[in-house]
Amino acid sequence: MSPILTISGLHKSFGKVEVLKGIDLTMQQGDVVSLIGSSGSGKTTLLRCVNLLEDFEQGSIELAGQSIGYKQDGGQRRRLSEREIARQRAMTGMAFQQFNLFPHMTAIRNVMLGLIKTKKMPKDEARAIAEKWLERVGMGQRRDHYPGQLSGGQQQRVAIARAIAMNPQIMLFDEVTSALDPELVAEVLAVVRDLANEGMTMLLVTHEMRFARDVSSKVVFMHQGRIHEEGTPEQIFGAPKTERLQGFLANSEF
Amino acid sequence: MNFSLFLTELWNARLSLLSGLGDTILISVASVILGSVLGVFVGLAMTYGAKWLRFVVRLYIDFLRGTPVFVLILACFYILSVVGLDLTAFQAGVLALTLFCSSHVGEIVRGALSAIPQGQTEAAKSVGLTFGQTFVYVLLPQALRQILPTWVNTATEIVKASTLLSIIGVVELLLATQQVISRTYLSLEFYLFAGFVYFLLNFVIEQAGRAVERRISIP
Repeated sequence: MSPILTISGLHKSFGKVEVLKGIDLTMQQGDVVSLIGSSGSGKTTLLRCVNLLEDFEQGSIELAGQSIGYKQDGGQRRRLSEREIARQRAMTGMAFQQFNLFPHMTAIRNVMLGLIKTKKMPKDEARAIAEKWLERVGMGQRRDHYPGQLSGGQQQRVAIARAIAMNPQIMLFDEVTSALDPELVAEVLAVVRDLANEGMTMLLVTHEMRFARDVSSKVVFMHQGRIHEEGTPEQIFGAPKTERLQGFLANSEF
Repeated sequence: MNFSLFLTELWNARLSLLSGLGDTILISVASVILGSVLGVFVGLAMTYGAKWLRFVVRLYIDFLRGTPVFVLILACFYILSVVGLDLTAFQAGVLALTLFCSSHVGEIVRGALSAIPQGQTEAAKSVGLTFGQTFVYVLLPQALRQILPTWVNTATEIVKASTLLSIIGVVELLLATQQVISRTYLSLEFYLFAGFVYFLLNFVIEQAGRAVERRISIP
């Protein structure tokens, strides 16, 4: 089976600071990969490169057989047009740390926007899909509420529904529970866990080590812009090989 | 104060006062609409423009906001005719107020757009929206809500500033009133009356603004 996501030789700098120093990562359909590591290790940047919220200078990302963001043109590396990039972004779904729901739209309008504008669906069809996904994340009752009327956990569930309703090839989760009060973390993780169990391909950045251990098929430990160690959850959490990872895990909460 | 005399003279002068009021409204509406359209482009250029463009537009805003409207009006009327651009007093006045309005609206639009968290744009991008769609469906609706109260305030400022056009001979409400006074010598009565009409105009504008604000407020 050909991989759904192939990242090879990815380099990314912010000005003079190189934050990704050559990342290689492959994911099969249905894989759940967790990126762990201390802040500044580049894990969020890696995630944001996959849906082109960040440009990258070297290397390539291939998603479902398409080269993401750039093309080789007569030996030249060219950025794709904005329209093309917008289309590719819709192939990935992203959930953010700060939810980023559109505050002037109700929950269901948040979910419908991409379906109508990007996928050019008729309103009724978009509404039906949005209702289905809001139901799935347990927000069916609140679909006509505005984000300001919802708790953080509820907002994040709507945000996840918004991303997944687009039927992406892969879901990206960027520390989706970091901004939540402790008692709201569980409801969001339950939604993510459900999606994982259903075979959604997911790449997630998380600080919830216990959760990463439970849901992941592979765990990737990043350090200073490189993949320092990777393996199954059992290997990473049960028998960490490098000193750096042992130190990181010792300082992490479980 | 001779009230019945005032009422008689008011009735006699009703046509010229109404025509003055009409001009005041026309000047204000034209300046606010033209100034706002221009101002939105100014705000967009300030937010998304290239560095050189932002610099040029910054100069434009600072220059216009740092100049008294009065001077602006005189400049539009006298300087432009020197360079061979012959505008009527009415046109020159509207031009001055339009420029004044655009600098304020530009600054308001810039502020409102930059106050929207970056995450909004990122979330819109992540569901595949293009920049244009992101602006129209995500950024603009949020910015407009933020802009509205200040924008209404700018509109009332323009109504008040329109009185300055009397200096270059535009017979708007103030000059029309002064002409009536020079004929009737009822200065106190007619100035009070004009003041009351201006107050009424701005009161209506502000109430309308508040009503719209209530309608579109986000829960």
